[in-house]
Amino acid sequence: MTGQDLIKIKKQYVDRVKSEAKSGFVTVDVHMGTCGIAAGSQKIFDAIEKEMEKLEAKNIKIRSTGCAGFCSMEPMITVHVPGKPSVKYGKLDAKKALEIFYSHVLGGHVKADYAMSQGLEKPQHRLTGK
Amino acid sequence: MNKDLKKIFTEEQLQKTDAIIEQHKEIKGSLLIVLEKIQDVCGYLPLSLQRYIAGKMMLPPSQVYGVVTFYSYFSTTPKGKNVVKVCTGTACYMKGSGQILKKTREYLGIKEGEVTPDGEYSVEEVLCPGVCGLAPLVIIGEEAFGLVDPDKPEDIFKQYKENFHDRSGSDKN
Amino acid sequence: MKALYQLSLADKVELVETDCLISCQEGPSIMLLPSGRVAQVNPGHNFTAWLIANIAALYHSPHRPSISLRGDAEIPPIEQMGFFSKQELVVMRNRGHIDAENIEEYIAHDGYMALYKVLTALEPEDVIKEIKSSGLRGRGGAGFPTGLKWEETRGYKTNPKYVICNGDEGDPGAFMDRSLMESDPHAIIEGMAICGYAIGAPQGYIYVRAEYPLAVKMLQTAIDNAVKKNLLGRNIMKSGFNFNIGIYPGAGAFVCGESTALMFSIEGKRGMPRIKPPRSAEAGLWEKPTCLNNVETFANIPQIIRRGADWFKSFGTPESTGTKVFSMSGAVRNVGLVEVPMGITVRSLIFDIGGGIKGNAKFKAVQLGGPSGGCLTEEHLDIPITFDSLQNVGSMMGSGGVVVMDDTNCMVDVARFFTQFSVDESCGKCVPCRTGLSVILSILEKIIMGNGVPEDLHELETLALHIQKTSHCGLGQAAPNPVLSTLRYFRHEYEAHIYDKRCPALVCTDLIHFEINADNCKKCGLCAKVCPAGAISWQKKEMPVIDKIICTKCKSCIRACKFEAIY
Repeated sequence: MTGQDLIKIKKQYVDRVKSEAKSGFVTVDVHMGTCGIAAGSQKIFDAIEKEMEKLEAKNIKIRSTGCAGFCSMEPMITVHVPGKPSVKYGKLDAKKALEIFYSHVLGGHVKADYAMSQGLEKPQHRLTGK
Repeated sequence: MNKDLKKIFTEEQLQKTDAIIEQHKEIKGSLLIVLEKIQDVCGYLPLSLQRYIAGKMMLPPSQVYGVVTFYSYFSTTPKGKNVVKVCTGTACYMKGSGQILKKTREYLGIKEGEVTPDGEYSVEEVLCPGVCGLAPLVIIGEEAFGLVDPDKPEDIFKQYKENFHDRSGSDKN
Repeated sequence: MKALYQLSLADKVELVETDCLISCQEGPSIMLLPSGRVAQVNPGHNFTAWLIANIAALYHSPHRPSISLRGDAEIPPIEQMGFFSKQELVVMRNRGHIDAENIEEYIAHDGYMALYKVLTALEPEDVIKEIKSSGLRGRGGAGFPTGLKWEETRGYKTNPKYVICNGDEGDPGAFMDRSLMESDPHAIIEGMAICGYAIGAPQGYIYVRAEYPLAVKMLQTAIDNAVKKNLLGRNIMKSGFNFNIGIYPGAGAFVCGESTALMFSIEGKRGMPRIKPPRSAEAGLWEKPTCLNNVETFANIPQIIRRGADWFKSFGTPESTGTKVFSMSGAVRNVGLVEVPMGITVRSLIFDIGGGIKGNAKFKAVQLGGPSGGCLTEEHLDIPITFDSLQNVGSMMGSGGVVVMDDTNCMVDVARFFTQFSVDESCGKCVPCRTGLSVILSILEKIIMGNGVPEDLHELETLALHIQKTSHCGLGQAAPNPVLSTLRYFRHEYEAHIYDKRCPALVCTDLIHFEINADNCKKCGLCAKVCPAGAISWQKKEMPVIDKIICTKCKSCIRACKFEAIY
């Protein structure tokens, strides 16, 4: 590993994310810190994953990321649709998460009732540029 | 000495204990890690076991005893199969964890340091596990329950048993 | 389901899975909201074809199937949300944003670039100079300048040296280090490696509480991944620099947050602080020069190196640069982790970011710095939060726990709680802390039981000051702070307990009479209904009567009464 390799890893990663975005990849981040898990985010993760398997969904990625910091809104997920602002949802359960999955992730229609905010915190940004 | 231990622990537990000690004996300062691992295997660290560990690790028993009694993680008495941990950190305390502790013990009919007659539950206080957003918090086994109603902590036991059935059901799959 | 998305109507129609709407034998059915019309599908037909044929007609029918109660436009942009807008993410820049178990994501977000820069372009002295110039001070509570500590450790010639990351976050009410370790472990690892290079240490330890199993797992995964990529281990990035990190799970002792106690604990001994000097920079772990910093401090390092000391200094005040992460909990509306520039006021923290007090209760006090800190009141809300400003008013920033209290919290009880904590966690080595705190606790308990006498207040004060002056380590010296600060700002509550035998916040059960105030009582009988012990008898249009023998003092009636008639 050298500095060149670091830059290469970064570039490869960004390229991959970009090409994924081009093909309409939707990313679902489930915020799974200790607090999120205690609030039920594991159940949400499992529910969405199961649904994805059932539908054999190919252009959807689910990730477990750390706590987003807003404990009183746990459990939370963030949905990234390419070209659109990311949307954070809060105070979910497995049922609500599946509603979001069908409406927003599959359908591209933001489930506004459960949405908390749109956009990302500065300085966070999507590697796709938008 | 080994005879006493065999009365309390299974052959397997003792074998694992030996393996842990063997693995760490040479590393200096490994006593805490050894004790943590052995407690995970044996459940608790009674005096006889402490003496055994001290002998194997070539340490004075007083040092082992000193360490075991210093850290709250170690227990010298048996615990229930499911340890109920009530957080008594600041945020939880402000939201009534004192009452949860009292009511939970009443519900299970045990006092501090006791285990229910069927060996299922024991209750202990725990320092803040850092889930203050969900205060007051109770952890049963590995499962955390947030926003517990201080008036009705018994509800979470019902929930725990239900989840437990789910878990053991899915384990079989 | 898929059928709907083949139609251009996908964004106008929303599908919700429901339980069986009508008789199942009649096949799949859908209900259109808000009309509630149920449309059935003939099982003989293809559902998709049916949808395509019918949905447009349904949509254009007078009962438009719009379900969401608010539109996309009503979702606030994140920068307009009070909770997020005032925050400045430096340390927590990757929170909830990257998958901590995937090292490539960290690298893609400029991870390990700082380590690369350090190893290829900077001498150890340059690194220390940069950190010194950034003004970074230890985030664990004491606020010692990090650069100075590194320089001192580098100055000693004994080898080997050690780097220790203190992840023994013991303050109840503080959870920022846990969150950092879980969500961005590589930032901590990178910071430690840079420190190792700067002071000349080949080995680092992360001491993590055993109560944080997920943090341990995340850190271990991160270390393994970094070793695989040669970002840790031997000859890192072909620079000739070797650095390894081991995780050391703590066994639950608050005092192990103290540096010398922590080192004893790593050595496998009882974690009892020792007398300084020698400072741990000279003789720390295994009597070797050791540099110990907090989790948050290390997580700041890569950013300072990558973006420069001047960038870092643009946050905060001249004496306290950068940002600080606080974990806010208690009676505030928005509970969570917040990272703000130093110098922000307490008011802004609680009211702008925290969203104010939950429910209808009134702000009463805020406790900063955990069991070592003090309570502040309304009048202190405009104090800017820096290392020094809070100490002047008897509190401290501590590691960053912020517990907000409303008028349902009794300050004597709060003082008792923290003292109890310190008594439990005292290592027992020195007398003032071991015995003095127990005496304070027994006096507080006496007051709470209603047996307090006026002299108690003076006694509490004298004892607390003595403990502060004569205790051996920081734990003992700071342990009386909660008592002293509540005595200073909430003396009237102590006096109410002692003179009037009354607890104004209705917390101390021994001082609640469980009687009914005839003036306030509306004779509604709600208290009788909620009493779990059946101790309240009530006839219509009569005042309820509480049987004090049956009463278990559970306070259900007090909580239920809307007219504050039970006292």
